[in-house]
Amino acid sequence: MRRFALIAVPYLWLLALFLVPFLIVMKISLSDIALAIPPYTPKLDLTGGWDAVTSFFKALDFENFEFLTSDDLYWKAYLSSFKIALISTVLALLIGYPIAYSMARAAPEWRPTLLMLVILPFWTSFLIRVYAWMGILSNEGLLNQFLLWTGLISEPLTILNTNTAVYIGIVYTYLPFMILPIYSTLEKMDDSLLEAAEDLGCSRTSAFWLITVPLSKTGIIAGCFLVFIPTLGEFVIPSLLGGSQTLMIGKVLWEEFFNNRDWPVASAVAIILLLILIIPIILFQRNEQKQREMEG
Amino acid sequence: MKNLLLASASIAVMAASATAEEVRVYNWSDYIDEALLEKFEADTGIKLIYDVFDSNELLETKMLAGGSGYDVVVPSGTFLQRQITAGAFQKLDMSKLPNMANMWDVVSSRTEQYDPDNAYSINYMWGTTGIGVNIGKVKEALGDDAPIDSLELVLNPDNMAKLADCGVHMLDAPAEMIPMALKYIGEDPDSQDPDVIAKVEPVLTAVRPYIQKFHSSEYINALANGDICVAIGWSGDILQARDRAAEADNGVEIAYHAAKEGAQMWFDQMAIPADAPNPDAAHTFLNFIMDAQNMADASNYVYYANGNLASQPLLEEDVIGDPAIYPDAATLENLFTTSPYAPKVQRVVTRMWTKIKSGT
Repeated sequence: MRRFALIAVPYLWLLALFLVPFLIVMKISLSDIALAIPPYTPKLDLTGGWDAVTSFFKALDFENFEFLTSDDLYWKAYLSSFKIALISTVLALLIGYPIAYSMARAAPEWRPTLLMLVILPFWTSFLIRVYAWMGILSNEGLLNQFLLWTGLISEPLTILNTNTAVYIGIVYTYLPFMILPIYSTLEKMDDSLLEAAEDLGCSRTSAFWLITVPLSKTGIIAGCFLVFIPTLGEFVIPSLLGGSQTLMIGKVLWEEFFNNRDWPVASAVAIILLLILIIPIILFQRNEQKQREMEG
Repeated sequence: MKNLLLASASIAVMAASATAEEVRVYNWSDYIDEALLEKFEADTGIKLIYDVFDSNELLETKMLAGGSGYDVVVPSGTFLQRQITAGAFQKLDMSKLPNMANMWDVVSSRTEQYDPDNAYSINYMWGTTGIGVNIGKVKEALGDDAPIDSLELVLNPDNMAKLADCGVHMLDAPAEMIPMALKYIGEDPDSQDPDVIAKVEPVLTAVRPYIQKFHSSEYINALANGDICVAIGWSGDILQARDRAAEADNGVEIAYHAAKEGAQMWFDQMAIPADAPNPDAAHTFLNFIMDAQNMADASNYVYYANGNLASQPLLEEDVIGDPAIYPDAATLENLFTTSPYAPKVQRVVTRMWTKIKSGT
């Protein structure tokens, strides 16, 4: 009984904050656009009894999902978001792993300070930090002024309002989410394993690849998920730092919702985005579980 | 006993006034003289809660979601019309609005297109969508006879190619840019026909390579600082850029023109949401705004024209006397208005706009 209550808490949490909102959005995605408050039809009227409920379900259809396949804008936007999220995750891993590694290798009395330095940027609002990048990357910005001063370039580089600026913004913003889980697995690692490897004649480089990296796998995977998932639906960074050629699904969703006032299509876009995210996570978890069973 | 009754009655009145006497207003950002807000509270004793927004789309989403909690909101014409149809607003109680007599028929006859009989809204400010130029830079690029008051400047690729280096911004608002391009090719700017609207795609695509940015507010600073030389934007915003440049004394001289081919005229209307918690206080606020002196103070501060005839003698000369703010009769005749797109047409418009901007 006590165990049941313990399990019930996270499930209730999931039910209230994930499943119920998901079903509401799913319901809207099957509705039709209308000029009313709220701007879609039909609305579920529970006071109307069973007839009202059945006629409500009859009015729902998959028209909006069909519409998404009729215009190449949507799959191009999904694909482009996927590409941007993938490249950003790889970049964040390439930058974040060495940082986490050197933090874990630092003298123990230094580690809390280093950890603090990684977390410190969160004390400033995310929006203000992205705005600061606008000031750094613009044509008259700090970066161009510095490069002009050093004589490396003679004309200011156009970085702001391009995809390069989007990558810089995303990697900068999500880097701590990559560093922290990797650091926490590396910190817990048993150093005697490395000593054993050395005793058995393993070079330091191969010990790193054969022992350190596999043992930090859970941290790497957690970090990659924490960067990849929010980046895929990112809206703020591409709209502030990107140009009009930056195509991301978050921006398309915003346009459906605000410019077209089409809540049903916007909901359909959101549902598909969610499915794209959930399916790989479920497959990954299945795979993990199988491996664990095989090992056990 | 009598005293006690009186006392309790007055406590009841006080309690009622403490809960009822407040009004929540949701207006565009940088759109009022803040001294007026204090004056309203001092005059009426009603507590004023004033919030701001910066896009019609944001306001409309709140209105259509319902339960916004606001008592007075300020949508523009086409948005107002759509929201009235959706049932978002309540009819005004004219008996509570004696200052309605101050309104200007030139404006109210035009706003009837969006709000028949002006039953749901009053005009706050109005303006035009036109061309802002950095005179020095444009003449440098195109010569002394540059067509700074014509759509030729911004929609003819030959001119735009020469202007590209000094920077051109356009509004990121298809409902403004498409009517403008339709006017340029001699079509009805208020066309609702997707086939007619499609004709502007090649026009805008031809000048797209020369446009630095589509944005609806950055051009104010960019023009004032001399970073760009041409912007298509809203009258009051470009006049703000002009005044900022003059104050900074940085050698930048900005001018605003409503295109001589005809320019879009827009109206920002104050209305009361159907579910407003304090409709009485909302009427008091509208009546306060329609007072001649108050409206004149607002226009003198934000440099936009208003729809209040009685306020005109009280306007400063650089507001009422400026044809960029109060156009002369001939220009006024040349202005056009637009109506809202139906959902299917809206989708075509948004899609085309994405294609023009991003090439996809």
